[in-house]
Amino acid sequence: MANLKKPTEEMKFIIATDVGSTTTKARFFHIKDGEWRFLVAGEAPTTVEAPYEDVTLGVQNAVREVEELTGHKLLSPEGSGIIMPYDGEKGVDLYCTTSSAGGGLQMMVAGLIKSMTAESANRAALGAGAIVMDVIARDDGRQPYQKIQRIRSLRPDMILMAGGTDGGAGSHVMEIAELIKAAEPKPRLGVAYELPIVYAGNKSLRTEIENLMKTGFALQMVDNIRPVLEVENTEPARRAVHELFMEHVMSHAPGYQKLMQWTDIDIMPTPAGEGMAMQLIANSYKQNVLGVGLGGATTNVYSVVDGRFVRSVSANLGMSYSVTNVMKEAGLDNIMRWIPFNLDKEEVASRLMNKMIRPTTIPQTLEDLIVEHSVAREALRLGLQHHRTIATRLKGIQLQRTISDMFEQAVAESYVEMMKIAICAGTGGLLSHAPRRVQAMYILSDAWLPEGVTRMFQDSVFMMPHIGVLSTVYRDAAWSIFDKDCLVRMGTNISAAGTGKLGEHCMTVELDMPNGDHRKEELNFGEIRIVELGERDEAKCKITPAKEFDVGAGPGKERETTVSGGVAGIMMDARGRPLYMPENESQRKELLLSWFRSVQLYDEKKLEALI
Amino acid sequence: MVTKAETKKSEGDEKETGEAHAYTPGLKVKKSMTVDKTRRLPILGVVFPKVGDRVEYNEVIARTEISGDPEILKVAMVLGVEAEDVPRFMLKKLGDRVEEGELIAYYSALFGLIKKRVESPVAGTIESISEITGQVIIRGAPIPVEVDAYIPGTIAQVMPREGAVIEANAAFIQGIFGIGGETHGDIHMMTESNDQALEADMIKPEHKGLVLVGGSLITLDALKRGVEVGVSAIVCGGVKHQDLTTFIGEEIGVAITGQEEVGITLIVTEGFGRMTMSQRTFDLLREFEGRRACVNGATQIRAGVLRPEIIIPHEAKAEGSEEALSSGMVPGTPIRIIRQPYFGAIGKVHSLPVELQQLESESLVRVVNIELEDGRVVTVPRANVEIIEE
Repeated sequence: MANLKKPTEEMKFIIATDVGSTTTKARFFHIKDGEWRFLVAGEAPTTVEAPYEDVTLGVQNAVREVEELTGHKLLSPEGSGIIMPYDGEKGVDLYCTTSSAGGGLQMMVAGLIKSMTAESANRAALGAGAIVMDVIARDDGRQPYQKIQRIRSLRPDMILMAGGTDGGAGSHVMEIAELIKAAEPKPRLGVAYELPIVYAGNKSLRTEIENLMKTGFALQMVDNIRPVLEVENTEPARRAVHELFMEHVMSHAPGYQKLMQWTDIDIMPTPAGEGMAMQLIANSYKQNVLGVGLGGATTNVYSVVDGRFVRSVSANLGMSYSVTNVMKEAGLDNIMRWIPFNLDKEEVASRLMNKMIRPTTIPQTLEDLIVEHSVAREALRLGLQHHRTIATRLKGIQLQRTISDMFEQAVAESYVEMMKIAICAGTGGLLSHAPRRVQAMYILSDAWLPEGVTRMFQDSVFMMPHIGVLSTVYRDAAWSIFDKDCLVRMGTNISAAGTGKLGEHCMTVELDMPNGDHRKEELNFGEIRIVELGERDEAKCKITPAKEFDVGAGPGKERETTVSGGVAGIMMDARGRPLYMPENESQRKELLLSWFRSVQLYDEKKLEALI
Repeated sequence: MVTKAETKKSEGDEKETGEAHAYTPGLKVKKSMTVDKTRRLPILGVVFPKVGDRVEYNEVIARTEISGDPEILKVAMVLGVEAEDVPRFMLKKLGDRVEEGELIAYYSALFGLIKKRVESPVAGTIESISEITGQVIIRGAPIPVEVDAYIPGTIAQVMPREGAVIEANAAFIQGIFGIGGETHGDIHMMTESNDQALEADMIKPEHKGLVLVGGSLITLDALKRGVEVGVSAIVCGGVKHQDLTTFIGEEIGVAITGQEEVGITLIVTEGFGRMTMSQRTFDLLREFEGRRACVNGATQIRAGVLRPEIIIPHEAKAEGSEEALSSGMVPGTPIRIIRQPYFGAIGKVHSLPVELQQLESESLVRVVNIELEDGRVVTVPRANVEIIEE
């Protein structure tokens, strides 16, 4: 619930924080000459654990840094909160925060059929910013006793239960409910409170569910997530999850009672804030967006395709705490394939293990940086792969198939197709802190393989969650800051989908540059090249692919469009989709090096020294 | 080529240069300190000792019972009746105690020609009979849970019905990574120096039940030999990734360990690969050779870091306060470098430049200049050093 101290149009200063699992990040915003801008950042360790056990201490420390840097007084005396509203001298007009401290929101999800109601419930929980610990379904392949053991071993913050269409058969849904009840799940934060459970299943079973769950659970019932098979209605469940998150989970986390009183808007889980920011991009540009938050512990992938927003979280894919899990899931060979020089496999594995046990260290040598960048590609690739299993067409519905579909092997499960994605956006330490901006763009391109014409964005200093939560009450300010200070325009990627023979013609890219120059770039298969074009510049562009290749208009068809520049420029990628990589090791290394050199990915002399 | 330094430079970027203490806190290697151990039941129960009581390491200090596992029986389906009719055919009612194999529901039709029976597969109590699903739930016998003291010491605090805090004077050594849970054993040094590897042929049957200390590396064969002989725990500088994977039977994904059932507890003090054990750690362990140690390999590297530990209780209390908190780095502070290219090197802070500096990787970060033991002065990111707590 929003409880604003001032109408938004009268606001002058805003502070937003993100209480992360290790760091609390404060971002200070100000309106000047009618324009909202980011002023300064302050950071401090999060204080959710002993001996502090009060998150507001970390928030005060982060805000105090902002005070020290600006001289603008923000904290009220004796730790009683933030001064509000701004009185012409001190304080702010709005304070809002996101939080992922203490492991974020951890949920268990249950449904009747794994690929239908359970899947919809999973999407709803993920959309609310949760980490889904497990999805229980009648047909999940486990015996009832195994499901019970699993539920008993989990300590979720909340359960979301779906199942059945409205008015449909009920006994199977009740079986799942009885199973959950019998397992006696315990909440993670203390044994003293009732575990919240949201029921979003068959409406006609509400009385029975209530009778069964009224003791031992804090039950809330909302509209069915799949009222009929053809419709997925996740919004009521998502809202209920958020309310219970505030009411039960947040109020039991150390210091959050106090923090809730300080803020003007409900505290939002960090991924939910990040998701809002991704939606802000989609809404503002009116285009399909694929975004990622590549963190130390988790990788969140967001898609907004034809207005449908879906988030996935890969809880154990990340660049520090979870770096060895990327190695485990992707396989060391997949990481090694991105390295263009000789390096012992055991040495790489040991380095990654050492990064995991000392997660705050950073690469000092170029060799180490290239190893981390290789891991990042795999984390991003796996994150998207996982996302596609969540962002699927509704199952259980008969698909209308055309004749051309019949010739395809099968209709793709996921609707996230790279040719449809117009914007890719990334946030997270590795991407934001890449020494050369082109590295973030190149890594994202290698991992996600954009097709056609795709704009690439990046978060400047990690403030997407802040912007996201702010956008829920003050969209204009959020967009202004987002546009000017948060979104770094990396440039545009032009990629031809298809495959061919190394060295054969792939596409011609013609660019009418802002200075009047006309550039014509001929790209052969296996090449990648960059043309510099400034961050706020645009160029008219004509792309003519060879007949086996597609840039969005169909195989061999010409496409005319306008491309936007950025800190990296226009990246023309003729390396094929799927990406062409020779199996022969020395040929692969040679080709990788030619790509690195072409886009000036790393310092040439230092790279040379590694070969 | 545009680098980050030349692009978007907001005031936020300026600020990031102003962090005061960008370092990883060092691992504790203390000869004598007061160690507090909180021992807690998973759910409420009974706590036996009172404040001031002396407890032994294997003494049970708290006990509780968690409800037994539920068994779900599809009674309607087995009897071939409607769910709503199940109560009529039940021979037991809610709350009744049943034995394993005992008949709990019976249905006969056609003058006894059709007979269907449901027997309880477990001993327990009838918890629910559902007329909607036709399922009957039998709750198994409660499962006892006990918590022992783990370290010998004095009860400093009792949390009623939850657990207690045990206090002891001890030497306390943290490792960087471990596997396996709590165990005990007398300390036995296996290598002459901290840079020698612990090999399989060095482990003899008489090492059963001991905590063995090696130098720089434990090999896969030595780990296997340790299990074979019945060694309690092994402490060493490093282990190879592939050896650990083979030993555990799977790759370590995220560092949440302690639950592995591999027959031994392993504590690595420095990291992965061959790593010379820190001289200070090695010397301290040698000083306590023959003393009983309480060892736990459990590691959790997330918010609320849990490192593996070796606790050696003893009575010789240190003079003065050992618990002064590190105040950050100043010139002269002893530190260890924890990442390439100088991984493992020990030195002293030479200077702390204020300005951001460009690394070989081209990242612009705050750095520290370090005077190594051999006299060289090298520059590394502040994030890549840890303070050696003296």
